[in-house]
Amino acid sequence: MIDRLLVAIGKALIGASPRWIGSHPVPSQRVYFANHGSHLDTLALWSALPPPLRRRTRPVAARDYWGRGGLRGLIAGPGLNVVLIDRRRQDQDTDPLQPLYDAIEAGDSLILFPEGTRNLERELLPFKSGLYHLAYRYPEVELVAVHLDNARRSLPKGSLLPVPLICTVRFGPALRLEPSEDKAAFLTRAREAVQALAPQA
Amino acid sequence: MDALPFNGFLRAAIAQAPPRFWWMIGGVMALLLVASAIGWVLGRRRPGTVVDNLNARINAWWVMVAVLLVCFLIGKVATLVLYALLSCFALREFFTLTPTRRGDHLALCLCFYVAVPLQYWLIGIGWYGLFVICIPVYGFLLLPAVTALQGETENFLERNTKVQWGLMLCVYCLSHAPALMLLHIPDYEGQNLLLLFYLLLVVQLSDVLQYVFGKLFGKRLLAPKVSPSKTVEGLVGGGLSAAAIGAALWWVTPFTPLQSALLSLLIVLCGFLGGLALSATKRSLGAKDWGTMIEGLGGALDRLDSVVFAAPVFFHVVRYAFQ
Repeated sequence: MIDRLLVAIGKALIGASPRWIGSHPVPSQRVYFANHGSHLDTLALWSALPPPLRRRTRPVAARDYWGRGGLRGLIAGPGLNVVLIDRRRQDQDTDPLQPLYDAIEAGDSLILFPEGTRNLERELLPFKSGLYHLAYRYPEVELVAVHLDNARRSLPKGSLLPVPLICTVRFGPALRLEPSEDKAAFLTRAREAVQALAPQA
Repeated sequence: MDALPFNGFLRAAIAQAPPRFWWMIGGVMALLLVASAIGWVLGRRRPGTVVDNLNARINAWWVMVAVLLVCFLIGKVATLVLYALLSCFALREFFTLTPTRRGDHLALCLCFYVAVPLQYWLIGIGWYGLFVICIPVYGFLLLPAVTALQGETENFLERNTKVQWGLMLCVYCLSHAPALMLLHIPDYEGQNLLLLFYLLLVVQLSDVLQYVFGKLFGKRLLAPKVSPSKTVEGLVGGGLSAAAIGAALWWVTPFTPLQSALLSLLIVLCGFLGGLALSATKRSLGAKDWGTMIEGLGGALDRLDSVVFAAPVFFHVVRYAFQ
């Protein structure tokens, strides 16, 4: 119920119109990775997915921000059904990406923001390595680059009130890790895939 | 058997509406039925994008008439809320296409969260004086001041101009349509929403008749760089027919047939100029449509571009001549 309310709010506030360029809205297991500029990014991408895909897709969120209770907990848990991840490495023994591995093994798709934090500029920050580790461990999972336009303008970092703007969610073609590709090369390729989807200014 | 209180409210609302209103609604519905029938027949005989466009328009009108009917019956507040929502949608489409920066965020918030409710509330409480100057004076001065305080000077002039324009068009100009309720026209008390119907009807008829005449007889393009579909034949044929229908509707309004004809011509002309100006704005922003809210017909602002120019002129002319 909360998820339907969130989708309605998302659509009313930011439009969230999807464009599928190079891949299709089929229910295969995927990791959607996108540029990050605003808290509304997750809502935009998640609302843009068709309902059958949305049910099995879980956004990845930082535990230090979304893991606390209250309104955020309500949105993150029953609403979006997020996978919480520790951004700061607390324990040297456990892999911080373990929650993601668990989600993939359970058959869910993920929404990931490899930049790691909200970026104020249009130019993407270098990608963190989580995406590479996922691609390496689970080669059969499709990696779909996504570009989010305008969500950053709607609720910039540091603002309280969102301004209704129409955010276009561009889903690009699926990527796969090449056998001979190393981490740096793959992450650069992934980053360029997202940048390429951006509308030409 | 008034089992539901809603039943009683509905009866009271229906009894309150003047008979002219029902004649007008009846006429409009009859017209739409004819149009839907023609559209259906054409869809079978000559399928194609033009007929699809016409049918999409006809469907959009059914929705518009239904919404306006409900608003009229519920009353002033519903109409104001409807137009406030339309302003928000139009504003959203406008600002989506105009590039703004981080420093404009506060100005945009003020537009959506302060300007829109304030403007429509002023109509609701009948404060004409402030309604007419709030955005062009206070809004005009406050927004650049607020944006300047944010400290970002890159493209300051352009960004500010865009925000001002969006606010003027989508909120100030559009609000003149429901503001017709503020006018006090002798012998016409309580029927002002009929004037709103009249305005919208003439504008929409003008749009569609210009489109039809353009497709049937259009040869000479008026402004090829701005609009690839507006032709001289379309404007003259469509415009005059719409004005003729507007003149024929004089009995709904407090005007004489001649006055109605002249006012309809004015509405048609302003509507045309509005469509042209907004088309030019769209092209300069690199877009074909303002949005994709309505299937096949673009966004809210695409439907409202003629009303936005026609409403303020109609409002002020009627106010000057009849109040």
